[in-house]
Formats: sequence, C-alpha cells, structure tokens
Amino acid sequence: MADEALSNYPAHAAGHDEHHDAASTKVFGFWIYIMSDCILFATLFATYAVVGRNYAGGPTGAMLFHLPGVLIETFCLLISSFTYGLAMLAMNKGAKNLVLGWLGVTFVLGASFVGLEVNEFYHLIIEGHGPGHSAFLSAFFTLVSTHGLHVSIGLLWMAIMAAQVASRGLNPTNRTRLMNLSLFWHFLDIVWICVFTFVYLMGAM
Amino acid sequence: MSNEHVAGASHGSQRSYVIGFLLAVVLTVIPFAVVMTSAMPRSAIVITIVAFAVVQIVVHLVFFLHMNGSSEQRWNVVAFAYAILILAIVVGGSVWIMYHLNYNMMVH
Amino acid sequence: MLGKLSLSALPLDIPIQMGAVLFMVLVGAAILAAITYKRKWKWLWKEWLTTVDHKKIGVMYILVAFVMLLRGGVDALMMRSQLALSYGSNYGYLPPNHYDQVFSAHGVIMIFFMAMPFLIGLINIAVPLQIGSRDVAFPFLNSISFWLFVVGAVLVNLSLVFGEFAKTGWVAYPPLSELRYSPGVGVDYYIWSLEIAGAGTLLTGINFLVTIIKMRAPGMTLMKMPVFTWTALCTNVLIIGAFPILTVALALLALDRYLGMHFFTNSLGGNAMMYVNLFWAWGHPEVYILILPAFGVFSEVLATFSGKRLFGYTSMIYATLAITVLSFLVWLHHFFTMGSGANVNAFFGIATMIIAIPTGVKIFNWLFTIYRGRLKFTSAVMWTLGFLVTFTIGGMTGVMMAIPAADFLLHNSLFLVAHFHTVIIGGVVFGVFAGLTYWFPKIFGFKLDEKFGKRAFWCWFIGFYLAFIPLYILGFMGMTRRLNHYDNPAWHPLLLIAAAGAGVIALGVLFQIIQVYVSVRKRHENRDLTGDPWDGRTLEWSVASPPPFYNFAEIPVVKDRDAYWEMKHNGAAQHKPSEYHKIHLPKNTGAGVIIGAFSLILGFALIWHIWWMAIVGLLGVIVTLIARTFNYDADYYVPAEEVKRIEDGHSQAMAGGVGHGR
Repeated sequence: MADEALSNYPAHAAGHDEHHDAASTKVFGFWIYIMSDCILFATLFATYAVVGRNYAGGPTGAMLFHLPGVLIETFCLLISSFTYGLAMLAMNKGAKNLVLGWLGVTFVLGASFVGLEVNEFYHLIIEGHGPGHSAFLSAFFTLVSTHGLHVSIGLLWMAIMAAQVASRGLNPTNRTRLMNLSLFWHFLDIVWICVFTFVYLMGAM
Repeated sequence: MSNEHVAGASHGSQRSYVIGFLLAVVLTVIPFAVVMTSAMPRSAIVITIVAFAVVQIVVHLVFFLHMNGSSEQRWNVVAFAYAILILAIVVGGSVWIMYHLNYNMMVH
Repeated sequence: MLGKLSLSALPLDIPIQMGAVLFMVLVGAAILAAITYKRKWKWLWKEWLTTVDHKKIGVMYILVAFVMLLRGGVDALMMRSQLALSYGSNYGYLPPNHYDQVFSAHGVIMIFFMAMPFLIGLINIAVPLQIGSRDVAFPFLNSISFWLFVVGAVLVNLSLVFGEFAKTGWVAYPPLSELRYSPGVGVDYYIWSLEIAGAGTLLTGINFLVTIIKMRAPGMTLMKMPVFTWTALCTNVLIIGAFPILTVALALLALDRYLGMHFFTNSLGGNAMMYVNLFWAWGHPEVYILILPAFGVFSEVLATFSGKRLFGYTSMIYATLAITVLSFLVWLHHFFTMGSGANVNAFFGIATMIIAIPTGVKIFNWLFTIYRGRLKFTSAVMWTLGFLVTFTIGGMTGVMMAIPAADFLLHNSLFLVAHFHTVIIGGVVFGVFAGLTYWFPKIFGFKLDEKFGKRAFWCWFIGFYLAFIPLYILGFMGMTRRLNHYDNPAWHPLLLIAAAGAGVIALGVLFQIIQVYVSVRKRHENRDLTGDPWDGRTLEWSVASPPPFYNFAEIPVVKDRDAYWEMKHNGAAQHKPSEYHKIHLPKNTGAGVIIGAFSLILGFALIWHIWWMAIVGLLGVIVTLIARTFNYDADYYVPAEEVKRIEDGHSQAMAGGVGHGR
C-alpha cells in the first residue's frame, strides 16, 4: 500500500540509496504477505482434501468439470503471466507506453480468465449444483472463487497502476508497486497450477 | 524518469521469460492430455500430474519470480521455505488427522 | 432496511446487561464531554488518531488492552461469584443463557483484546528502539493494524448493547456455532470481530518481521539483537504462519452461516471435526505468540536488574527457534479425545512433551542469569520471579496433560482451565506487567511508583493461587468447565476460595490503577532525566525519555550484543554527532482511522444482515485505500536544525539531572 517504508540511511547519502533500500523493504514485505496468502490457500486446499469427496449423493467432479474449458482458462492465466513479465522488462527499460500496452494485454487475459470462471459457476448454479448442495461443492466453490477473487483484485490493482503510470510515469513508487503486482500475479498463477491439478484434473478422473 | 531498477527482486531477461513460458506450456498440456485421454492407469496419472505440477511451480519460481541462490534472494528463499514447511504440516497433518478421525468416528 | 436489527435487540429485560450498557454509555459520554470541554479534539486527531509513530501506537494498544482487561475481569468476577452461589437449590443470578455468553466473551476478550494488544503494544514501543531504527517498515500499515484491532474490540462490546454474544465458548465449535443451533447474532459478532482484528494482527506480523529483518542498525547482526527483539521476530513468524488458518476457519463457518454451505454442518457432507482441527492448528501457535514476547521481557528484565549479561544467549535463541518450529507440530493435543486414535495421539503427545524442553532450557538460563548477579528486587523483578515459579507449575501441568491417557480424564475439566490460566497469567500477564514497568519511564519520562507496584504484584500473585489451586483440585474431583451450577457439596468450599482469589486479583488491579494515578502525581520526583533509569543494556536506553519522535538523531553503529552497555563502557555513549542531518519520516494520516470506521460499519452490517450498509462499509474501505495510493506526498523531512535543537534540549535536561538510576 502507499506508505513510505523508512530507511536507516542518513538522508545525506545519495537519494538513490535511500530509494533502493526503501523499495527492497517494500518488495520483501509484499513477498511476506504472499507467504501468508500461501498459508491461506493451503488451509483451503486442506479443507478441500478433507471434505472434497463428500458428494452427499450429488454429482462428483468428474460429472461436473469441463476440462477443455479449464485448459483455456489456464492458458489465459499463463499467457497473462508471460505478458506481465514483458511489462516488467519494459519497465526496466523505462519504456512507459510499452508498459501500459503489456499491462493492457495482461488485463484482457486476466479478465477473460475471470469471465470464463464466472460463466462456469453460473452454469453450475443454475443447474442446481451450487455451493450449498454438498461439502464437496462448498469446498470447490470456495477454493476456486477465493483464487478468482484474488485475480479480480489483481485486475483492479492493474487498472489503478495503469492510471498512475499514465499520469505520473515510471517513478520509484510506481516501479515498486509494479514489482509487487508482479509478485502477486505470478503467485496467483502458481496457485492456479495447484487448483487445476488437485481440483480439476484429480477430480475429473 | 530514471532507469533505476527496483532492488530486492532479481530481474529477468526476455530469454528467461520465453523459456519459462514454453516450459510451462508443455508442463500444462501434458497433464491435461494424460487425464483427458486416460492414457495410463490411474495411479500413474496421479503421480504424473502431481510431478508436473511441482516442476511447473519451480519453473514459475525460477523463470518468472527469479528465485535463485543469490544473497539478495536469500531471505525470500528462507521465507518461502518456511511457508512450504507450514503448508506441508497443515495440509499433511490435517489429512492424516482427519482420515483417522473419520475412520474412528464412522463418518460416512 | 435494517436487516435483523430492531429495538428488540436492546437488552431491556436483562438488568445486569442494561447496567453494563448504561455504564459504558455514561463513561463514554463523560470522556467525550471532557475532550470537548478541554477543546482537545484537534489535538487528539493530530497527535493520536492519525499517528503513524510506533511509540504512540504502542501506547494506544496498551490503553485499550487495559480497558479490556477490566471488562474481561468483570466477566471473571461474575463467573466466580455465580459459582460461589449456585450450589444445590440455589441457582445464582446468571442463567445459562447469560452465563454462556459471559464465559465466551471472557475468553475472546482476554486472549484477543487484552493479551495480544498488550504484547503488540510492547513490541511496538520497544522493538524499533532496540534495533536502532526510526520506525517500523510500514508505519501506515501499523496504524491500520491498530484501528482494525479497535474495531474488533468495539464489536465485541457492542454485543452487550445490541443483541447477544456467542454462547459457544471462545472456540465456537460447530455444530453448536452453526446457524441451526445458534440462530442469533452472537456467533456472527464473534466471527466478524475476530476476522477484522485478525487481519490487523496479520499486518502487524508482516510489518515487524520486515522491520526486524531489514531495518536493524548497521553492525547489528541477528546474533547481536536483544532477546526481546528475537522473541518478537519469532512471534511474528508464528503470526504469519498461523493467522491465515484462523481467517479461513472462521470464513468457512461464516459461509456455512450466511450462504448455506456445508463445511461443518451435520448434513450434506460437512465435517465439524475439521473446524476443530483448523481452529487449533491456529490456536496452538497462538499461545506461543502470546508467551514468546513475555519470555523476551523476562530476559531483558533479569539481565538489566542482575547487572549481568543474559546467561546462555545462544541457547536462548535456539530454544526460541525450536519452540517456534515445534509449536506447529502439537495442535492435536487440544482434541486428544475427539477420536483420532492411539497412533495420532501418541505422535502429538510426544511432540507436546518435547516442546517443554526448550522452555526448560530458558528457565535454567534465567536462573543462571540471576546466579552470582546482584539482583535488585524492583517490581519488574518481582513479576519475573512470580513468573518463574508460576509458569513452571503451569508448564508441568501441561506436560501431564500431554499424556493422552491422562488427558482423557482431564480434558475440559477445571484442571485444564487452571493449567492454561496458570501459564497465561503467570506467563503472559506477569510478563506484560513486568514489561510495562520496565519500559514505562522510556515512554513517559518518569517511573511508576514502586510501592503500589509491589502491592499490586502481591495481590495478583496471592490472588492467582487462591483462585486457581482450588481449580486444579476440582478438576481432579471431576468438575468440568463452563458449568454455571452444580450439586456436589465437596466442590462448594473450593469454589468459595476461588471466588475470594478472584477478589484479591481485583484488588491487585485496583492497586495498579492507583499506581498510575500516584505515579502521575509524583512524576516530577520520579523523572527519568538521563533516558537510562535502570542502567540498561540495549539501545532504547540510549535515547531520551521520552524519545524524540524520530528516535535517533544519528543511527547508532552496533559493535556487540547489549549494544548500549558496550557503548557505555567504551565511552561511546556520550558521543554527540559532529553535525546533524535532515531526517526522513512519514506524515500522519487519517486513512487508518477512516478505514477502521468503515470496517466497523462493515462488521456491524454483516452481523445484522444489513446488506446495503455492508456494501457501504466495504466500498469505504476500498476507496480509502485506493485514494491513499494516489497520495504520493506521504512523507516529509525534519530539518537538521530542528533535530539539533531537540537534541541540544535533551542534553541540557540530562546535564541538569542526576546520574544513571543505579
């Protein structure tokens, strides 16, 4: 968030050093937050592992999951991870418009992911397989939509970053924030690997 | 607009992102293919998809998040190792405990 | 329009509760009136509500924690008096419906809104000073953390006014806590106050971990850090690992209650035992989060008042690290009796016994620190000695229950209740009081009155044993926890003694209040002019009391453990910088308290199912956060001349004062 991490460097040292120091503190702090998010997802996965086969006489994953759709979602997210990487390379070169461009592409891909997921949930719910129908469905919906919610928050953040980069350029604060968003975005792709493996692929067998 | 790089995180090159991406694609397509075609016995599929997931996570960590053994990354790696340890304990411990509870308490 | 909220939410037919409500309203109104009368609103907003200064945030945490100690203490007095009365044909004055809320609120308040904030307050005050830093890594987040905690505390107390609190015990196990068996708002108060406060705690964990790792003064390697900072570091590691688990456990319960899901329900595949599992996977690390900072306080206090360096620093650190890791491997001992079987129980029983070993190492290190030192029996030391005896007893009773077979008899008996109160009061509470006494002069510039401090200690110490030794015996006699009435005549005299003990503790608290009053009145006599009233060893004693808002005019360079002791004995302590430099600091901001206000609206609205209000609250939080990110002007520089002026002022004051408090 927008707070100034303090530096212990004396103020007369080069401003560069102080920014360097403060930025690395912020990024490290964000990484620690991501580690706590890791534990959050771990707990959700543990819950899914424990109650995920309690179908209550209802449908199983094999009956409900549509793997081709999941594959498309996966590629949306994976490619968006790649395009965000390209945005970071552009940032390192100071190429503001290129950054904005790649952020835009990443946004579209991320939004497609969310759209596909919402669509999947919508169909499940109107077909009577909403989260209230069994522990399996509760765990499935909660785990997957927690991830989707994180992605949506990432998208909101991305939009705000685009506005801030567009208006103030690639100043040190914006660079640090883009770096944090990068950690966030890649982390979400890593969580998705676990989701498609342990929820969709395992469930579909 | 300066060209300072952001400290505290390593930087990739275009090459590393491309390699990482291509590896990730392969590591994604194969598990999906294996499951969708039921090409192997069930236990083999499970091992395959889990192994591929682990490898792909490492690919993401190395090629996208630039995790490595450098001293700059040291605390990040330590923090990550700790998170993985807690994750293993919570997930593994919960599954072990709940399996036994469910068995003894006759949860159907 | 107002969801489930209506006039019937007010406890108009419950006299005791109405009394509490009226008391809160009157005290609150009196405070507001006093502030208005003295025209202090602007000052309050500028200096305290919007502060991002870790020292002030620490003070605020401690103030709120003390108020919550009183609230939780009243709950305790109610329970003890009820049990002293309600024997046989007498049913006392608290019916089960009311009594259940009292013991639930007592637990929630004491752990989340008394112990945690006391410790986090001490960590806030001491750690940045101990590591030679000017503030924490993320001062704005620090402010948010504090206000989220306040919102959690407010929500719990609002349950007295509107509706009810949970009747499930402080752990809120399903299926009792599910909608079917707790259809009222009580469990929802529980869930949202803890989710909101828990978010604040998690942010604190991240904040201080980064602060300690990244912002130590040059030369302060990890193995040169003060022990309190080490324990704070391990505490934050535990917070980061454990609090997400609680967040999920409560969220899943909320999903069951609000959206009809089936994580922990009896039907459609839910598994209530999974809640118990997740709750304690958080809950066990939580008790180590509580005790580790207290251990750190004792290390500092004993070393300082023995005039000796701490015995066995390295083994202390490794013991602390061992406790940190092991604390994630024992959680099942909280539910041995739930039925996981011999193998699982044996593993966790053995792990629980193992974790007692590093604690034992620490106890011996403290004893050896005192040995051959010249221990000054200040009140801080009294609390520490009281801890050494009491915590050892409590720990031993814990190891007894680590044997699953024994636990099958003692689980949920008063023996268990006595055990955890022994370690929490003897460990955490005594540690907090020792730490408060120790660091009080640093923050406020004068010492606390020693006479009343010792009186308070003796009341707490004697009162504690009077209150809880009977409970150990009652546990063996078969009395379980959470009873509001009983028929066994043998229990009655013991419960009378326990009630008397609670009264003695209350007297101790009264002495503490008097102590503060007397200390403020006598503050000119007890003034700390040197910044180092105890002949301390660590860096916080190298700055004035109170410290300047920027802590250090010049960041110290650390050469050894007990950095300030080393500086004093090498003549570096009196060194004044040849020139001063401007200092970079964050500006105060109202965003923290505003986010808190919107969180309160969100929490209250969720509890009462007022959906439009919940959306307002949520949007308010989000918009405030986003607006804050558009503020690129959130910091400023203190000019070098002002630094010099403040530092010169301190030197003059010190020159006029007497030497170190020896």
